[in-house]
Amino acid sequence: MSAPVLRLSGFGKQFGSLRVFSDVDLDVMPGDRIAILGASGSGKSTLLRCINVLETPSEGRLELDGELVGQPSRAGDMRFSERELCALRQRVGMVFQQFNLFPHMTVAGNVAEGLKTVRSVKSQKALERAVAELQRVGLADKADTYPSRLSGGQKQRVAIARALAMDPEILLFDEPTSALDPALVGEVLGVIEQLANEGRTMLLVTHEIGFAYHFATRILYLAEGGIYESGTPDEVLKNPKRPLTQQFLAEHRRFQF
Amino acid sequence: MYEWDFSPVLAEGGFLLVGFRNTLVLTATALSGGLVVGLLLAFARLSHRRWLKVPAGIVIEVFRTTPPLVQLFWFYFGLPIVLSIEMTPFLAASLTFMIQSGAFFAEIFRAGIVSIERGQWEAANAIGMTYNQCMRRVILPQAVKRMFPSMMERSIELMKTTTLVATVSYADLLFQANELAQKTFRPLEVFTVVALIYFVSISFISFIASRMERRFAKSGEFTP
Ligand SMILES: Nc1ncnc2c1ncn2[C@@H]1O[C@H](COP(=O)(O)OP(=O)(O)O)[C@@H](O)[C@H]1O
Ligand SMILES: [Mg+2]
Repeated sequence: MSAPVLRLSGFGKQFGSLRVFSDVDLDVMPGDRIAILGASGSGKSTLLRCINVLETPSEGRLELDGELVGQPSRAGDMRFSERELCALRQRVGMVFQQFNLFPHMTVAGNVAEGLKTVRSVKSQKALERAVAELQRVGLADKADTYPSRLSGGQKQRVAIARALAMDPEILLFDEPTSALDPALVGEVLGVIEQLANEGRTMLLVTHEIGFAYHFATRILYLAEGGIYESGTPDEVLKNPKRPLTQQFLAEHRRFQF
Repeated sequence: MYEWDFSPVLAEGGFLLVGFRNTLVLTATALSGGLVVGLLLAFARLSHRRWLKVPAGIVIEVFRTTPPLVQLFWFYFGLPIVLSIEMTPFLAASLTFMIQSGAFFAEIFRAGIVSIERGQWEAANAIGMTYNQCMRRVILPQAVKRMFPSMMERSIELMKTTTLVATVSYADLLFQANELAQKTFRPLEVFTVVALIYFVSISFISFIASRMERRFAKSGEFTP
């Protein structure tokens, strides 16, 4: 029996008086692919962003490979030093809905940047590595172009390559296809599927329920400030037990044919 | 009808040239110092540490809201009393214009830095960059492009403001011109030449600047 790569316990986040979620307990095992579903505003992004501490969690513990990240403060919440944050984020990569590529760098420059600046890899080596990562997402021929010349789908694939270049143990995707034209969604999901086949550990926030069903080993449905329902795709998506999940899925199926 | 006669002025051309050189030296000194001061003030003002943020804010506001001539007199006549040091016109002028233009540059830097989308910070953080690495590799390169036009405008403003040093007898172009006008009794010709010198050099700088701006715009891209 292997140990979890990521463990959240009593995890919670508040913005002022707004309690987004609380008491979240989650074990992520190596190779787990967790799809996170939920209505808009249910806290999917916030949960993901608390995992790599782009938002500072208000309560609870975050462990990576059995090691606590951050130091508990006297008030009970966690404090993170810059050094800890940088180490954490190299191990937990993130892909954003809006891509957030660096517009002043070439495609290869974007992918090589983390290696060069964070890992102090020599420029030449980093670029070679970047091209190899771009190959994996099918964009090696775009290495010298600037992001503005790419389609949304290509941008998102570059963003995935940029995250992969750091060799993260876990990848977080926050609605990676929500900003894309429907015609471009497939190429990005294709890359994510390929990563799944490689056995990568991933957490994916998505509205593509069909993809979530095929992709995920586990589904979390967020509502009412926490994990409202969870289980295998068959359990949660085919036979949801709780009313809000049923309602959400019914809503999504309305125009299916 | 006034009879123009430039020959006495041109005969003493070297006199004006010395002044022009001094103006350039002062401008260059104040500009390079001002950029450094501006960057430091901007970072201080953006900092979360109150002991950095508050003093930086005060310096910036004081230097932006007091007349440059008052600042110059304060540094030239006032500061020596406080520090009991010998003050030269050049030193006083350099200090004044460094800090003064630094205060303006700081606001330009700050505006440029905060204009960069939050997503850029987040993407840089998400691959493990520190605050300083984000700033240096991701934020500043983009911000500088956006700031460039206002920086050039400020630099030109600085060159014009340096004429104030004539009042503390630094031999800049204006000071030399004034001397020459009194010597030759040809103020109209002298100040016409001086105006021309400023016109030509500042137009030249503007021209170079706009070419650089176009070059910048071509390199890489801007996503709105
Ligand atoms: N930085 C923030 N400051 C204040 N409130 C926030 C912030 N980010 C998100 N929220 C609030 O937290 C709730 C959850 O947001 P989010 O995690 O973005 O939801 P989702 O991704 O599921 O749509 C929303 O009510 C949102 O308004
Ligand atoms: Mg969201």
